[in-house]
Amino acid sequence: MAQKIGRQTYRIEKPVYVKNAASVVGPREKAGPLGKYFEEWEDEDFGEDTWEKGESRFVGAALTSLLTKENVSSDAIDCVLSGDLENQCTASSCGLKNSNIPYFGVFGACSTMGESLALGSLLVDGGGFHNVICMTSSNFCAAEKQFRFPMELGGQKPPTAQCTVTGAGAILLTDTVCKTRVTHVTPGIIENYQIKDANNMGAAMAPACASTVKAHFTDTGRTAADYDLIVTGDLGILGSTLFREIMDIHGYPVSNHKDCGELIFDPHTQDTFSGGSGCGCSAVVLASYILREMNQGRWNRVLFVATGALMSPVSVKQGDPILGIAHGVVLENG
Amino acid sequence: MSGNLDRLTEKQYSTMAASKEGKSKLWKDCLMAFLIGGLICLIAQGIKDFLLSGFFAENVYAFDEEGAAAITTLIMVFLGAFLTAINVYDNIGRIAGAGSIVPITGFANSIVSPAMEFRSEGHILGVGAQMFIVAGPVLVYGTSAAVLVGLIYFLLH
Amino acid sequence: MDGLVKYLLVFLVGGTLCAIAQILLDKTKLTSARILVIYVVSGVFLSAVGLYSKLVAIGGCGATIPLLGFGHSLCQGVFKAVDEMGFRGIFTGGLGAVATGIVMAVVFGLIASFVSKPKSKVK
Repeated sequence: MAQKIGRQTYRIEKPVYVKNAASVVGPREKAGPLGKYFEEWEDEDFGEDTWEKGESRFVGAALTSLLTKENVSSDAIDCVLSGDLENQCTASSCGLKNSNIPYFGVFGACSTMGESLALGSLLVDGGGFHNVICMTSSNFCAAEKQFRFPMELGGQKPPTAQCTVTGAGAILLTDTVCKTRVTHVTPGIIENYQIKDANNMGAAMAPACASTVKAHFTDTGRTAADYDLIVTGDLGILGSTLFREIMDIHGYPVSNHKDCGELIFDPHTQDTFSGGSGCGCSAVVLASYILREMNQGRWNRVLFVATGALMSPVSVKQGDPILGIAHGVVLENG
Repeated sequence: MSGNLDRLTEKQYSTMAASKEGKSKLWKDCLMAFLIGGLICLIAQGIKDFLLSGFFAENVYAFDEEGAAAITTLIMVFLGAFLTAINVYDNIGRIAGAGSIVPITGFANSIVSPAMEFRSEGHILGVGAQMFIVAGPVLVYGTSAAVLVGLIYFLLH
Repeated sequence: MDGLVKYLLVFLVGGTLCAIAQILLDKTKLTSARILVIYVVSGVFLSAVGLYSKLVAIGGCGATIPLLGFGHSLCQGVFKAVDEMGFRGIFTGGLGAVATGIVMAVVFGLIASFVSKPKSKVK
């Protein structure tokens, strides 16, 4: 059973391992700097007639890919934790409707991958669940339609805007011995710094990210130097700068930091402003790039912090602040 | 101050976040808006002058000033709508910004683009109901303002 | 030569009205929807006090094609209808004057929804 250390962190006692991971991305992600790490890609609509159906297909495809890689049937999976940005998480539910796996829908905006990974680890650690799949998805076109404007509407975005990643990432957690294991989880608290600009999610999420990382360091007595890499969710270029600055102010400088939103696109050639965002962003970067490089020994201890901006089109129109949340998970080799 | 970040106040953070915001390329944006917006108006003027020219004078389609203005609007709206339908207008918008939003072609774009986008939610509650999500406010406040000035005009005369 | 000056003025007036909107977009947190509402309402009032007709006389389509011109049409339509039919004109004049554009956009929108699909432009 997980041991609580400090205020927010839980040390996983019974080993929980990352068995395998799979991701399916969209064309912009495939064309981006991490393109070679993404084995499978499809158009945003995945051949369907709506963006929403397309996103569901990404979810289904990531699950199928993971099960195929592991050569297991869905019967071997005890449950799947999945979330996305669509209203009431329909991309996940529609995408998993034929999976025959017990399903928990989770929502933490763009932090959902951290949330599902943290909850999945605790389930496996609890002993009752042996094989748990944690996954999330997002779709650029579906997100534009739901949160912003129709695709064909002409206009510009400010440089603080982020670009929703199209794709789904899935990770299989298990209790049988593998190379990489989950050692700690640090669920985040909601941080509110009164950011109201829906085109500046990075600024809304950066304090939450710093809050979780700081709590993690305080609870474990570690510093950034104890990690080979601190990888954050989708703060983007602007949010990452703010995050590092907030950490400096609190006496925990982080130099070994990368951000999934910064890694996934090239802002100069891909017209992506401050970088990538969306539930799928940290999911596909973790499931392909980070875990593969860990497997090859480039990094041995990684703190993964997925960040989310808790808002809805209604809350923004009603003038509510955009709340930040971030969930941390420690991945370690050996 | 609630939360974990005891050394960061809301006020401090708002200054910090504002200082990090990249600046839009104001001069470049304005120049593009000016050039493309001006060009769209120039095209309209060309169409109107052609309609008013002697070309149609000899037949039943001869235009007076008002008729030519109305047909010009019609053609400009058609062009905006057509470029939207062939997936081009948003590309112009990315470069031109306000230069493609402010002319009447942008008004057409703002009606046609949601019509296309919400086709997936059906013809009645999708296309029919959502067509004015962008252009609706312009019509609501434009007509209301016109009624207000009309009322004043009526009372004064 | 006269023609050239006329077209230059069309370009200048139209371009400037768009550039002002661009400054508002970049420099303030106003969304494009708000700016369009500001433009159309300003057009109505500028037209009501007689200023916009002067701009139209200088800039031609450079003044009528931007959304301010839409407001100008609304206002002039109402004035004309009030002259012709009195009180009822307050309600019929405005939309009547801009009906061509709106009806065209609505009908074309409906057609486009049948024949055309939105696309994602990916780099």
